[in-house]
Amino acid sequence: MKLAVKITVNGVERAHEVEPRQLLVHYLRDTLGLTGTNVGCDTSQCGSCTILFAAPGAERGEAVKACTLLAAQADGAAITTIEGLAQNGQLHPLQTAFWEQHGLQCGFCTPGMILTAADLLQRNPHPSEAEIRHGLEGNLCRCTGYQNIVKAVQAAAAQLA
Amino acid sequence: MPNYVGKSLKRKEDPRFIQGQGKYVANLSLPGMTYLALKRSPYAHARIKNINTAKAKALPGVVAVFTGADTAEVGMLPSGWNVPGIKVPANRVLQTDKVRHVGDRVALVVAETPYIAADALDLIEVDYEPLPAVTDARQAAQPGAPLLHDSVPDNVSYTWALGNKDEVEQAFAAADHVVELELTNQRLIATAMEPRAAVAQWSPFTEEMTLWTTSQNPNLTRVVLSAFLIGVPEHKLRVISPDVGGGFGSKIPTYPEEALVPWAARKVGRPVKWVASRSESAMSDTQGRDHVTVAKLALKQDGTILALRIATWANNGAYISLVAALIPTAFYITLLSGLYKIPAIYGEMWGTLTNTVWVDAYRGAGRPEAAYVVERLVDVAAQKLGLDPVEIRRKNFIPAADFPYQTPVALQYDSGNYQGVLDKALELSGYAQLRAAQAEARKQGRLVGIGVGACIEASGPAPSKVAGALGGVTGFWESGSIRVHATGKVTVLTGAHTHGQGHETTMAQIVADQLGVDINDIDLVHGDTAVIPNGMGTYGSRSTSVGGSALVRSAEKVRAKVMKIAAHQLEAAVEDVVYDREQGKVYVKGAPSKAKTFGELAFAAYTAHNLPEGVEPGLEEDAYYDPANFTYPNSIHIAQVEVDADTGAVAIQRYAAVDDVGKVINPMIVDGQIQGGIAQGVGQALWEHGAYTADGQLLAANLMEYAVPHAAGFPMIATARTETPSPHNPLGVKGVGEMGTIASTPTIVNAVMDALAPLGVKHIDMPLTPEKVWRAIQAAQRS
Repeated sequence: MKLAVKITVNGVERAHEVEPRQLLVHYLRDTLGLTGTNVGCDTSQCGSCTILFAAPGAERGEAVKACTLLAAQADGAAITTIEGLAQNGQLHPLQTAFWEQHGLQCGFCTPGMILTAADLLQRNPHPSEAEIRHGLEGNLCRCTGYQNIVKAVQAAAAQLA
Repeated sequence: MPNYVGKSLKRKEDPRFIQGQGKYVANLSLPGMTYLALKRSPYAHARIKNINTAKAKALPGVVAVFTGADTAEVGMLPSGWNVPGIKVPANRVLQTDKVRHVGDRVALVVAETPYIAADALDLIEVDYEPLPAVTDARQAAQPGAPLLHDSVPDNVSYTWALGNKDEVEQAFAAADHVVELELTNQRLIATAMEPRAAVAQWSPFTEEMTLWTTSQNPNLTRVVLSAFLIGVPEHKLRVISPDVGGGFGSKIPTYPEEALVPWAARKVGRPVKWVASRSESAMSDTQGRDHVTVAKLALKQDGTILALRIATWANNGAYISLVAALIPTAFYITLLSGLYKIPAIYGEMWGTLTNTVWVDAYRGAGRPEAAYVVERLVDVAAQKLGLDPVEIRRKNFIPAADFPYQTPVALQYDSGNYQGVLDKALELSGYAQLRAAQAEARKQGRLVGIGVGACIEASGPAPSKVAGALGGVTGFWESGSIRVHATGKVTVLTGAHTHGQGHETTMAQIVADQLGVDINDIDLVHGDTAVIPNGMGTYGSRSTSVGGSALVRSAEKVRAKVMKIAAHQLEAAVEDVVYDREQGKVYVKGAPSKAKTFGELAFAAYTAHNLPEGVEPGLEEDAYYDPANFTYPNSIHIAQVEVDADTGAVAIQRYAAVDDVGKVINPMIVDGQIQGGIAQGVGQALWEHGAYTADGQLLAANLMEYAVPHAAGFPMIATARTETPSPHNPLGVKGVGEMGTIASTPTIVNAVMDALAPLGVKHIDMPLTPEKVWRAIQAAQRS
């Protein structure tokens, strides 16, 4: 049995028949070829697969770990992945800030980290350092020690304010 | 222009990562691809009585199921570091007789989708006879311990000793004070955020195999696979490690999956992909550390260190991984002199086999274990003698005038100024104020502690001749090639591999300065054996000191040829022309206005219309660089922590790190390496533990159970540097990648012990979790 879904991904509506058990992250990576959303664990701890997810009717997307949803559950939703964050060839201020502040090393956690930070800044445009660190607790980075990630979020917050 | 070296340039590699275009192995998709999954043992030790694959084979979508009987043609996983007398047990890619750790390999499935492959694993029936297990490094060597391999009668694969035992014993006999500690350096799981993965494609027409794999050293993996495992000759085997999402040592060894995936691709005649889940990584990636050590330090009344003696049991897990035997031997006992003048040192160790996941390099690999032993002992000695931890260290530092310094444990330190590092660390941390604030806090009954760690690394291994003498099967040179194109653009090739270190930027900085070209005209290529024929990869903080030096040698050859061509065209003797590396021009001395640009000379090399006699067309050069010595970066880290007496929780309040890593290519990247390294070392000190039950069940099999540090665990870390160039490589650089990890572990443990000192707590084994700290406080208060 397959289920028909319509999901808007990075502004484009996609229609597919999916296996009921297919995870949303596998739909994004394997069906749509959007491999920027990485998979770093199997227990929803690492946050590498974080996307912005707007349920039907929601005003804006919220950071969601794409390994915690089935593709079928995303029917009617609007999703932004890291590939859709830059607009008209212009990097998002968070992307620029991660580059300028050396907020990444191996780059594997980076898409999820940036999208989590995007959600954080939507909810709290002027976070303190402690609020940023708390806000990023669901995303693991093994390379940077987080210091430059925190600085990047601070820099982007200043830019967006 | 140039003068890029020393500048914090933004990384050239970042645009693809911040836009989700990283080329990780798991992202690769090939037409007709199939998916491999491994059936792994749920037991730590069991005899395999029977395997029934019939139901799995019958599942629609399953392409093939194989067991160890089918993979008998695949060779054994070898040891690449053979200390004298080592017994290397047989290690098949799929086990046939017994399984020896949770996660050991029993069978494999190839299927049309990953979901079907996972379903099929559940249909494979394995009949096991469980056997008693042993997990502790020291207990494994005791008589009567469960035996893993018939070929290793006492579970001791190798032993090693270094130093003058008699001198050490005499020093201990004459000492005013002896301090002794038994320390556990716990098992860690590297946990690179990208799980391991491999994709293989076999071409029956050219008889060529291509393997994409998450390796820190694809050339080395190619040699091992070709020579020992899959029988594809080296010139017909292409190994590609594209973007790799962190390694930390766990992606050095050649793994069974890296043999099974290409083997299966050839068997089924289709591309095969395998991607580890995180749980699978936890039970199949090589793990780190796991030492039990008894250590003694002899001192004079005034705190002068006289001698050090240690005995260590090093846990290798169930098999001997590729460089496992190097880590607790020549990367460990040789580092026991630390930053100190210690007249006599003796270390001995037993490398044992246990029913746990195999152990290999993990960030620092042996050197953090040595630093931890030395720095804990020195702190305990300071406490016993009533000395400040800073003063006992200052008293015993090797003086700057004594370099090069020959230690009693084989190494010759190249350069250093430890007093200078310490002075800067005291200033950066505000040490005097920290101590004053601590005194105030103690009056209020608060448990505030200040920790000092003073550490060294032998990085950039190693002279190949030395490696060979110590048991290394390979050399430790690096290759570096520069291909100047006719348009003056430059492709740089290195046998080192970047998996977060930023080589695409730093190597370009080095070559741009060497040749005097715009950094945007340089591209670094790495990680593909079809393009880089030979290389040794990246580990041991070697890429810049060894790989970067190879590129300097190549650039010297390019400059020499360019100067010959320029001299000929300018009608001057080569001795009379000047290569201006800032401008990228060559001119006759005194006549800079008639210069030839680098681009013009590159073009001339390829048109070959007007080359001097005997000079071949083209402009590309190769070099191999074999280091003359290790480099010896060193550091002093100082941290302030506060322990919550009610919960045992440790809060890091301040952290100051001063590192001397020699010359710096890109300060931004160096700071990033130090910060990230510190976080990993703090993880060991406070949170991380690859724990097993006594019967060998891995308790930390995923990220719910294994405590990788997260953002809220740290304050902003203050970093600073002193710069004592390495005298023996052309860049003057020393290693940086492992320094933060080496120093931060003892720094934090020392800080916590300092916090608990008023209660009389002497030592707690890592990780210093709230529970352990709380229990220690309770025990101290009761007694």
